[in-house]
Amino acid sequence: MSIIVYLIPVALLLGLCGLGAFIWSIRSGQFEDMEGPAYRILDDEDDKPRR
Amino acid sequence: MTAITAPVQGCPSGLAPPAGAGQASGLDWFVRQSGGEHTIDLIVRGARCGGCLSKIEKSVGALTGVSVARLNLSTGRMRVRWQGTLKADTIAETVSGLGYDVAPQTDSAGDDSKAKEERTLLIAMGVAGFAVANIMLLSVSIWAGHGEMGEATRKTLHLLSGVIALPVLIFSGRHFYKSAWVALRAGHANMDVPISLALSLAFGISVFETWRGGEHAYFDAVVMLLFFLLIGRFLDARLRRQAHSAANALAAMQTSAVTRINAAGEAHAVAAADIVAGDRIMLAAGERAMVDMRLVSGVSDVDESLVTGESLPRAYSAGMVLHAGAINLTATVQGEALREASDSLLSQIGEMLEAGEQRRSAYRKIADKAVALYVPFVHTTAALACIGWLLMGASVPEALMIAVATLIITCPCALALAAPVAQVVAAGDLFKRGIYLRSGDAFERLAEIDHIVFDKTGTLTLGTPQLQAIEVNGAAINLDGDAARGIIYDAATLARASHHPLSRALVAYTGAGQVATGVKEVAGAGLRAEVGGQSWRLGSQVWLGVTDAQEASGPTLWFDRDDGAQVRFVFADHLQDGAADALNALQAQGITVEVVSGDREGAVQSLAASLGIARWQAAASPQDKVARLETLRGEGRKVLMVGDGLNDAGALSLAHASVTPGGAMDVSQSASDAVYSGGLEAIPALLAVSQRTRSVMRQNFGLAAGYNVIAVPIAVMGFVTPLIAAIAMSLSSLVVTLNAIRLRIR
Repeated sequence: MSIIVYLIPVALLLGLCGLGAFIWSIRSGQFEDMEGPAYRILDDEDDKPRR
Repeated sequence: MTAITAPVQGCPSGLAPPAGAGQASGLDWFVRQSGGEHTIDLIVRGARCGGCLSKIEKSVGALTGVSVARLNLSTGRMRVRWQGTLKADTIAETVSGLGYDVAPQTDSAGDDSKAKEERTLLIAMGVAGFAVANIMLLSVSIWAGHGEMGEATRKTLHLLSGVIALPVLIFSGRHFYKSAWVALRAGHANMDVPISLALSLAFGISVFETWRGGEHAYFDAVVMLLFFLLIGRFLDARLRRQAHSAANALAAMQTSAVTRINAAGEAHAVAAADIVAGDRIMLAAGERAMVDMRLVSGVSDVDESLVTGESLPRAYSAGMVLHAGAINLTATVQGEALREASDSLLSQIGEMLEAGEQRRSAYRKIADKAVALYVPFVHTTAALACIGWLLMGASVPEALMIAVATLIITCPCALALAAPVAQVVAAGDLFKRGIYLRSGDAFERLAEIDHIVFDKTGTLTLGTPQLQAIEVNGAAINLDGDAARGIIYDAATLARASHHPLSRALVAYTGAGQVATGVKEVAGAGLRAEVGGQSWRLGSQVWLGVTDAQEASGPTLWFDRDDGAQVRFVFADHLQDGAADALNALQAQGITVEVVSGDREGAVQSLAASLGIARWQAAASPQDKVARLETLRGEGRKVLMVGDGLNDAGALSLAHASVTPGGAMDVSQSASDAVYSGGLEAIPALLAVSQRTRSVMRQNFGLAAGYNVIAVPIAVMGFVTPLIAAIAMSLSSLVVTLNAIRLRIR
């Protein structure tokens, strides 16, 4: 059972990583446009990202 | 007025590019600079798919110096960043050249604050979601280990849960605590008061249980409650922002630069928002006045249809006051600004708007009614349960635990989701049909509508006259005959030189062609030119000196070629496409209809007759419209006002609910609940969707109540454990959400 001493912090850390990624994605504006990116990926000529 | 489609280069009227020196150079004013880089935010309308997206971005990206060209397909906003000498106008021309409407984004501050609110809620929701997942991981171990797990292990897991829950409660829960505190300080209670209480009590009792080494801690319930509530809040905020930016985009299509004359007499293009009282403004033929102004020099015909609803222009001369929204037609005039653009409304209309706002905010929503029933019921039940168990000999912690369990299990998760989820689904549906709702609350008011008051010009009709008949010396001749063609051809050579709506109508009938040389336009009278040694005149009856004419059904234009024949053109304002179908659909829904217009009696009467509308009122001032709505309200009717002009703004804000077409003045748009682009068929569709949405919302509140009927007795009897609370909460929220999604599947 003593393994949970490691497992629980590891699980929490992974969760925090996910949360961090979510917050980063919001801050970087990935939720601003919910439709455009679905089409952008299909555009063959778009060889380099414009940002 | 019809929707203005391509106001790209300082042509706010959409009639034609204005001529003359010192013209508004367009979009350069809206460019922001930092370092050597220029940025402009544009609103692009009409982009729907990936093809549009790549076409627009590539064309703009190919212009010299452009480093960023990114279009947001959801909001229609496009940001362009470039270096060098590229003109903003060139960018706009490129986009409009592809067939899309484009306008500068003006109110970015309001949009940004709404976007920020939405982002904060989304982050709070994400944090709560993280906590739910992780605490549930620990809770499941506790539930699974029931009876086998040692007290020390359980206490550790509870402690850990509490450590996760506390910062989340503070971070994500602050929205509710703040709002509850504001409400309490103002001396009333809102939904956030019981929510804050339930959250705090549940957390407190869980801390106590953990310290005591008890079996039941509600940390998972606390964060789950937060999570579900924040979903509801987020959806609501998102809907509000979408509505806001959509309405904004429609309004931006009309904004433009204003030509200001400085002390040295030079003309400069400035943004309308920068005009202050006393500024000298030049208004070229074809331009729309952006501020209220007093004319200083020049004589011109002015189209005030958006301001007063009058469909024919009036002559204006020095000393007269021109209101914002009027379109200058004949000649360049100069004036002095009386107010800033934001204040340029008739002051009475401003007051009426306020009165309407107040009345509307007093409207009791279904959600408000549900809360009013819910809060006392739940709190009394919880208190009674606590006292009851104490009387039956339970210990204080035990009794408190049961009271808290009651509060948690009846927690308003489903209640908080019931309305927003249904509204979001329905608004998304309407959005696709080109109807933009300003707020989710409007559904309930729209669903109650039983009577509609229509404005005429620009709402039921196109707002632009069309040639209907020609009479020579009082006798009608065949419009398609050779004689008629000859007359129209001659008249059009004069008419092409003018911005007057009747001239435009004549030109629209014949198409492109020659313009007579030396055409002089006399404001308020007509056009004059020397053709082949004869003096030709096209204008009003009075100017041509005709005395013995019969009353015409619509506006008229007289034509005299010095040959003794008096020619009369009769025009009519045509119905919007689908107006008759829309009215039939409304009548089928059991809704009565009437017309109240600021236009002349003849015009309104013939329209009412052609649409089969029994009740109509003509020559109505803004006050008359308001009075009519007051009367209807007194009769207990739930009235929907549909109108577009500034003169409708008071009535729009007073009506039970109101709708404006997309080409309307932005004042009217901000006074109304929904804005539609396209035809009148939007109105029956809007009402039908609203009724369905209301019934789904009612079902949802019914489901939430039914759930409580089952849950409360279980809680009061003391059977609720954190496991049961978790299942019940998620299940009730799920049921409500699924029910709302039914709105989409039809």
